[in-house]
Amino acid sequence: MNNFWIILFHTYLTKLKTKSFIITTILTVVLVLGLTNMSNIINFFNDGDGDDKIAVLDETGVLFEPLKEQLKATGADVQLEAFAADDKEAEKGVKEGKYKGLLILTFDANELPVATYKAMSISDSTSVTTLSGALQQIKTQLAASQINLTQEQLAKLYEPVPIEKVALEKNAKTEEELSQARGLVYVLLFVIYFAVIMYANMIAMEVATEKSSRVMEILISSVSPIKQMFAKIIGIALLSLTQLAVLLGIGYFSIKKNIDSMEGDFFSFFGFGDIPLATIIYAIIFFLLGYFLYATLAAFLGSLVSRIEDVQQMITPMTLLVVAGFMIAMFGLGQPETPFITITSYIPFFTPMLMFMRVGMLTLPTWEPILGIVILLVSIILLAFFGARVYKGGVLMYGKSNSFKDIKKALQLTKNK
Amino acid sequence: MVLKLEHVTKRFGSFTAVNDLSLSIPESEMFGFLGANGAGKTTTFRMILGLLDPSDGKVTWDGKPINYETSHIIGYLPEERGLYPKLKVRDQLIYLARLRGMNKQDAAEELEKWLTRFRIPEYMDKKVEELSKGNQQKIQFIAAVLHKPKLLILDEPFSGLDPVNVELLKEAVLELKEQGTTIVFSSHRMEHVEEMCEHLCIMHKGSPVVHGSLKEIKRAFGKKNLIIHADFDLEDIKNYPGVKKAKQTPEGVHLQIEGEYVAEKLLKDIVGKGFIRKFVLEEPSLNDIFIEKVGASYE
Repeated sequence: MNNFWIILFHTYLTKLKTKSFIITTILTVVLVLGLTNMSNIINFFNDGDGDDKIAVLDETGVLFEPLKEQLKATGADVQLEAFAADDKEAEKGVKEGKYKGLLILTFDANELPVATYKAMSISDSTSVTTLSGALQQIKTQLAASQINLTQEQLAKLYEPVPIEKVALEKNAKTEEELSQARGLVYVLLFVIYFAVIMYANMIAMEVATEKSSRVMEILISSVSPIKQMFAKIIGIALLSLTQLAVLLGIGYFSIKKNIDSMEGDFFSFFGFGDIPLATIIYAIIFFLLGYFLYATLAAFLGSLVSRIEDVQQMITPMTLLVVAGFMIAMFGLGQPETPFITITSYIPFFTPMLMFMRVGMLTLPTWEPILGIVILLVSIILLAFFGARVYKGGVLMYGKSNSFKDIKKALQLTKNK
Repeated sequence: MVLKLEHVTKRFGSFTAVNDLSLSIPESEMFGFLGANGAGKTTTFRMILGLLDPSDGKVTWDGKPINYETSHIIGYLPEERGLYPKLKVRDQLIYLARLRGMNKQDAAEELEKWLTRFRIPEYMDKKVEELSKGNQQKIQFIAAVLHKPKLLILDEPFSGLDPVNVELLKEAVLELKEQGTTIVFSSHRMEHVEEMCEHLCIMHKGSPVVHGSLKEIKRAFGKKNLIIHADFDLEDIKNYPGVKKAKQTPEGVHLQIEGEYVAEKLLKDIVGKGFIRKFVLEEPSLNDIFIEKVGASYE
């Protein structure tokens, strides 16, 4: 077997078997499962607890049933229980935790409902809002019947004004589609961001470890440094794809399974209803290109340090670039059409995240993402060419200094004059 | 199968690390490569390995340049430990051997043999960082020879080893030499070089200052060591013509003299002065030659 493949699979398999890799993967899987099952988890803790009942002290004697009907009609998750005794005893029930709260209903001078809500704390605004909404409905009906309005007249009054939104641009995404895209793009941007930082770091650490343990000298006396560098980068890429495949696979099935419980939740803003395949494919392409760009950078930066402790310091500028790209992309999620975003999406170090964000959010002509991909490919080739030369010299340099001046020194080492 | 360095020079910017070095090391020979720290040994090794390209001159093995095509014929033991601290002995040695063109099964069998030979078979599945320094050095040595190289470069192979293990390793090195391996060997321990190498080269500030066979070098050096133990006062001998250096010892003196004739004359002169318990004329040690050639500039 060719040395290139030996290094590639050695890197991949060795890393795959490390404890840290297995633990991170498991933790992330747990996190993904947790996030996608959020509603189930919340429900699990709510169910079986009897204290979400609300005691109702209906002094009017006529409001309890309509209120219960109203709540049932809207499908609210509030349970009412009529309470006959006086309010002192009901308050005691709340204090003892038998009830979540106490609702006292009375009529005012105009025979319209007035309510008092008592609870241990009033931080639970959801129940109050639900109750208030239902009471509002009852009040409207009562008031309407007082002034002899018919149901039809009432309905007319409350009929909403229809607003139809028409996008003039062809293929422009509807608001619903936009929010759907936003959720997916948001999550994938996070994945790209973390993955690029994590794996680029891993590369730099790998190189620095081999260098500081001096095994590098043995390695590069059997394999050319350039071959070794790319075998390593691709080996780690394979590792990252393995991890992402596990996470995306589990995340996808978990979402599909829980899709019903997510609707009507905050997930509808970030609608995951149906996941557009193109966005996922672009995410993978831009992740890989971003990875190769930053990994090449990380490899040659890592080759310049002699001690593992200096790695972080060396790759900080690179990390900042990734962070900057991520920040701009986050800002762009809200306004993806800003010229600033458009321009920065063509700057190589920002392209992976920004072009992906744009292609996920907007309806771009195909040439735009393709131009982005070409720009990335060219930058990767240029950087690889330059990085490989630095790497070749860098791995032989041992010294305490670790600054960007070393790049020049490393290049000089590879020259034969 | 000759390793040849022809007028090899390596410059880093304005600094010349190796200056016009020419060597020719035939097959099955152990060549001692000496020099003070910073004399250019590592740079030379790196050029032999093909890690660095010479600025001038060329390095050839069997008439052909050394590059990654030929890397499987070379074994290298670097001066500092060069192993993955977190990998198991088995995994990394097989990995390194495979990179040098050996297949998995052969590498595993060879590894088993070597570990048994070095009396450490139980380390097969240990991580390198768990081993003592000396045992790591043995593993490092195995890493250099596992793929049966034709040219073996040993940079300080015996550092960090106890005397028993030094013997163990020496035996292994000599056996490899018998089997036809060409060995380039660097050490600061002159007695090892003296014992093992027929030819050697002493580097000083990038240039070879002594070069040739051990016998010739000693002969050419001319000076000899004279040890005298006697009951009478030897104080005056220090100023005897032909005595280069003198060192008082509890039992007598150690002298460095210009040549054999000085000893002859001196013996005639001191006979009769008293009882002479020891009068020995010795070849200069490599240590003396090294100090003379390299140390001179430090003084």
